[in-house]
Amino acid sequence: MSHLSADVLEQAKGLVALYPEPRSALIPLCHLAQQQDGWLRPEAMSEIADLLGVTAAEVQGTATFYDMLHTEPVGTYVVSVCTNIACLLGGAQELLEHAESALGVRAGGTTTDGVFTLEESECLADCDRTPCVQVNHRYVGGQTAESFDQLVADLRSGALADMVPPHGTLVRVRRSVGLGADRGAIAAERAAMADAQATRAADAAAKTEADTKAPADAATVSGPPPSTVSAPAEGPKGGGAA
Amino acid sequence: MAITEAPKIVTARLGYEDSHTLERYLATGGYEGLRQALTMTPEAVAHEVDAASLLGRGGAGFPAGRKWALLAKKPVTYLTINGDESEPATFKDHLLIERDPHQIIEGVVISAYALQVSQAFIYLRGEFAFGLERLQTALNEAYAHGAIGADIFGSGFSIDVVLHPGAGAYICGEETALLESLEGKRGFPRIKPPFFPASIGLYGQPTVVNNVETMANIPWIITNGGAAFAALGEGRSTGTRLFALAGHVRNPGVYELEMVKTTFRDLIYAPVLGGGIRGDNTLKAFIPGGVSAPWFGPDQIDLPLGQDEVGQAGSMLGSGSVVIMDSSTCVVRAAWRITKFFSRESCGQCTPCREGSGWLERIMYRIENGAGREEDLDLLMDLCDNISPGVAWPPQQTTICVLGPSIPSSIASAIRMFRDEFLVHVKEGGCPFD
Repeated sequence: MSHLSADVLEQAKGLVALYPEPRSALIPLCHLAQQQDGWLRPEAMSEIADLLGVTAAEVQGTATFYDMLHTEPVGTYVVSVCTNIACLLGGAQELLEHAESALGVRAGGTTTDGVFTLEESECLADCDRTPCVQVNHRYVGGQTAESFDQLVADLRSGALADMVPPHGTLVRVRRSVGLGADRGAIAAERAAMADAQATRAADAAAKTEADTKAPADAATVSGPPPSTVSAPAEGPKGGGAA
Repeated sequence: MAITEAPKIVTARLGYEDSHTLERYLATGGYEGLRQALTMTPEAVAHEVDAASLLGRGGAGFPAGRKWALLAKKPVTYLTINGDESEPATFKDHLLIERDPHQIIEGVVISAYALQVSQAFIYLRGEFAFGLERLQTALNEAYAHGAIGADIFGSGFSIDVVLHPGAGAYICGEETALLESLEGKRGFPRIKPPFFPASIGLYGQPTVVNNVETMANIPWIITNGGAAFAALGEGRSTGTRLFALAGHVRNPGVYELEMVKTTFRDLIYAPVLGGGIRGDNTLKAFIPGGVSAPWFGPDQIDLPLGQDEVGQAGSMLGSGSVVIMDSSTCVVRAAWRITKFFSRESCGQCTPCREGSGWLERIMYRIENGAGREEDLDLLMDLCDNISPGVAWPPQQTTICVLGPSIPSSIASAIRMFRDEFLVHVKEGGCPFD
């Protein structure tokens, strides 16, 4: 008996088919499993491993690297309070402290009724509305202590159920169409494109040769050699990872 | 004030409520660039992008055309779009993804045609749940419209575009980590060389990785010509660019500005832009290009928003994020929080980054909370020097990727600019701003 439901399995197989290598579907499949269970259960990781042709340890080893994949149970609503620089300047530390006392848990903890998990998160990229809060990775705008209490009440009463699905549901829009099935045709087309490109390059080279020959025959024109594209200076530029 | 009359290139549609729909996109010239590109040779399309001198909008600012040219000798196999926007206080791609997804898709398909690639991946950070839904909806619409899929607009060119969600890891914005993640692995940056995925990328195949904003510029470049794009801005910094303004300004937000022609002063103080520092406070310091960048003081606000101009002044435009800190800001706390971020997000492969970030974070924490010592300042700088020898800009590299050398920027800036403030923390045994 499969742990993943028939519908999830079918979606999973569709996702695997999108990629040239099955393992690429690992993260999308983990999201799917979280959609079913709310968190990433060991049984789900084993089945994902079977679907991808890797070991369960490889699935777990990858999943534990990522903040959004929870290998321990979390609440129905994961509340992420960003305290990174822009939000810090907007009072996020104070909001997080308020959230801790309002929910009665420290950041990282889950309420005893299993409804809320509170997280202190890194930048969520919504920095003109600070302090930024997401619930199950849906933006709920910049929050104050008062609006946070209202948010918690609305989540409890189900008033935000349309906007914020239970934890684990990431993308509710399914891919409707695609080329995923017909890789043979793509390969043939690629070959044809490469041939055409080679032909054009050969034509261009022949033309350049003809052009450069003419003045050389005249033997009077001397000028700078044709400029060549210099190889870029290799090496990483200083910069952020994102 | 020099807010120029430059056209809006990537934010032109954002005034419309329904800017994300296919109907609005088509009504405002959408997919015309793609139709035009398909009548050109792939080389001619690549040439237009090269002529635009479009610098990559991700953070490193590498010219997109040259990135593509690296592949001239080797056919590309995959095009991958980096939408893992996670640099703190950077929220420009977020805007484009949610509000004009078709523009990104059109840029991707045009680029794929220029590179003769038939498989593209768009890697979005997992926390963009709404953006993922918007972009998947747009992709479905684009397939139905014939702009993606088999035989696009009857041209004989086919492409598949797969939207791939990440799962929460800053490091996956580093392009080789992104590719590892896309292969279903931990987001560990790959050892260099090879420096560019153009030689060995996804599944070991030649791969181009471009940023979301870079892609969003492509349709305009094809429709209006690379020369028109290059005519905007100055020097190497051509075109317009999105600046994400955050922190202590009256109007934080994302602004599209002509490069070089506009200054930080304009961005911060112009009424139609930042609107000045909030309340009655004054500017204390600002971060010009994401938290990896060294800070600037009020004396540098007349610098133009250009890649080379900011680079020569000892920092970078980086991710296009500008964070304003006013006189009420405790710089120790600000630098501590940034260091905590790096410590949390270090992938753990390299010792200087993994261990160094944690040590720095704990020392900063004890200074902020009153347990600091005067010699901690030298200790901090010594640790920074171990992570990036010389603590200079651009930074020396001791690690696989640039995350490590980015860690010292904020601490070194804070100490160099506000040494007295650290000493007050030490002498008073706590934060004077509490």
